[in-house]
Amino acid sequence: MNILSYPFDGDYILKHKKAVKKQLLSENTGRIKIKIAVLGGSTTNEIVNIMELFLLSYGLEPDFYQSEYAQYWQDAVFSSQTLDDFHPDLIYIHTTNRNITEFKADMTLSQEQTDEAVMRQFRHFEEAWTALSDRFGCPIIQNNFEMPFYRLLGNKDSTDHRGRLNFINRLNVMFAEYASSHKNFYINDINYVSACFGLDRWSDMQVWYMYKYALAISAIPELAFNTANIIKSIYGKNKKMLVLDLDNTLWGGVIGDNGVNGIEIGHETGMAEAYTGFQEYIKEHKQLGVLLAVNSKNDRENALSGLRHPDTVLTEDDFVTIKANWNNKDDNILEIASDVSILPESFVFADDNPAERAIVASQVSGVSTPELDTVENYIKILDRNSYFELTSYTADDVKRNDMYKANLQRLQSMKKFSDYNEYLLSLDMKAQISDFEPVYLERIVQLTNKSNQFNLTTKRYTMAEMSDTFESPDYIRLFGKLTDKYGDNGIVSVVIGEIKNTQLHIDLWLMSCRVLKRNMEYAMLDELISQCSKRGISEVYGYYYKTAKNSMVENLYGDFGFMQTENNEDGSRVFRLCTDDYMGKNKVIKVNDNGGN
Amino acid sequence: MEKQMIIKKLTEIFKDVFDLDDVVITENTTADDIEEWDSLEHINLINAVEKTFKMRFKMPEVSTMKNVGEMISIIESRSKL
Repeated sequence: MNILSYPFDGDYILKHKKAVKKQLLSENTGRIKIKIAVLGGSTTNEIVNIMELFLLSYGLEPDFYQSEYAQYWQDAVFSSQTLDDFHPDLIYIHTTNRNITEFKADMTLSQEQTDEAVMRQFRHFEEAWTALSDRFGCPIIQNNFEMPFYRLLGNKDSTDHRGRLNFINRLNVMFAEYASSHKNFYINDINYVSACFGLDRWSDMQVWYMYKYALAISAIPELAFNTANIIKSIYGKNKKMLVLDLDNTLWGGVIGDNGVNGIEIGHETGMAEAYTGFQEYIKEHKQLGVLLAVNSKNDRENALSGLRHPDTVLTEDDFVTIKANWNNKDDNILEIASDVSILPESFVFADDNPAERAIVASQVSGVSTPELDTVENYIKILDRNSYFELTSYTADDVKRNDMYKANLQRLQSMKKFSDYNEYLLSLDMKAQISDFEPVYLERIVQLTNKSNQFNLTTKRYTMAEMSDTFESPDYIRLFGKLTDKYGDNGIVSVVIGEIKNTQLHIDLWLMSCRVLKRNMEYAMLDELISQCSKRGISEVYGYYYKTAKNSMVENLYGDFGFMQTENNEDGSRVFRLCTDDYMGKNKVIKVNDNGGN
Repeated sequence: MEKQMIIKKLTEIFKDVFDLDDVVITENTTADDIEEWDSLEHINLINAVEKTFKMRFKMPEVSTMKNVGEMISIIESRSKL
């Protein structure tokens, strides 16, 4: 919904929240339900109301627990029955500089005494995090501190150990260090958000004294948006691909009219520098695993000549695919989506032309079309929308663009083969399929939470749940990595089955769509059955839970040779296989061949 | 700004904030007359009124206004529209 994307009108959202909520609830279906415990150090009611809107717009349906007023610490450290019964999937601790208790404005304090006070304050929070983490093992989102709205020591407030600002800055560094060394712990950077909003506007004393809100009512949407962005990222709802227009988006001017020497890029003029700055910002996304593509109304040769301009930052190689033609842009987007096997709802379409944005937004459901107005604002508009909010980062991310590009090369080479099997053999595929390894857990969680199409149960796992599963003897776990002559695809498939005596129940079976039709699923099944045989498991049960997106695998188990035992009205199905007479299915991938020959 | 204009704009705000299509307000309307008007929504109502009329209520006014009539006279005296 556009009113919920940056730049939004916070007061409009607040005023219309009831109508907006109704509309969101009527719109998309298949939402993921999450239970969020909001532990506040000040009033949280309206924060929760607005956070709900943003989460709904991301396809997440929250159920909230809220602490009694300012009871965040008590709720965390002492067990609270209602909180325990609530079983949160995620905890948000909304504290602010109003909750700093150890700072004293006292000029007689020694440096040592201040150091101790900072440490005591940090321990106070750390105690809460540890207690929550031990009890619930779920992700924790913690606000850092916004700057104070006055400075008793003036400019010295930031440098003198007795300054409040100095105290807060030190705590913020300690919070950041804790976050960087603890998994499942995320900082909600309200120090940054309040600065963007304007600290004077953020620090509304009236609502603090009257209702104990630690920020202005108008600022609540900014806070709620920033928090919701972390949550949607944890739940795999980030965008994956950035599709870019060329003329007046990546360079100034129309290359078809002005010619390659007439476009604005480089450092000759202010406009040229602005486009260069934007190209640099886009290029920096590649290392985050964001896929880039071009969608431009141009003759292909003209488009490519722009990307070969001596001053261009982005070149042809930076894009997974380049659609430069005279087709409708929505058709191009759907084509890109099908080429790379990514749902169009994971796309951001950046185009300076409102008419193009409008047609794409209306024809391609779920695609984001940020309102790029003038080039100097492009970065801010993309950045503040947090489309690619980074909560986990794995080694595969940096290679992602190359992986997808290699995939398109495979598609092209496939066309040369008349026999599909021959093509598969020509790929020279090698797979590693084995039990989870600690270094891959983060990638496994990431893949698990963002796979929608080739996903039989769409079961989501937090890092903590995956670690528990990893350590338990009651599961058979497999991950699959696939390489071929075009490159390394990284981890592309995950299977988890729960062992119950001589039965295995498959809780999770998923695969990245970038390796569709490569027989990787056969290789995974072969390995799973072989693991079963080793453990004396004779029956395997497969479950299919229907969602709006996973119809491609509704008969996967049937195709595998399982017998269907249930076919329910809600679209869910159950299948059973006896492992005794199982015959290996994969004939094209070399599995667990350590290269030793 | 004229009182009639203020009432018209206030009615729009009440409709949006309380999500009531058929709300009618007069100078005598109080929180007791509108079920949705509780202390939590009061905060939101005040914010919407302040933003619409480009003015701010003073601290004691927020909690002591007895009815819409008092709200209107504060708006009349202070609105920058």
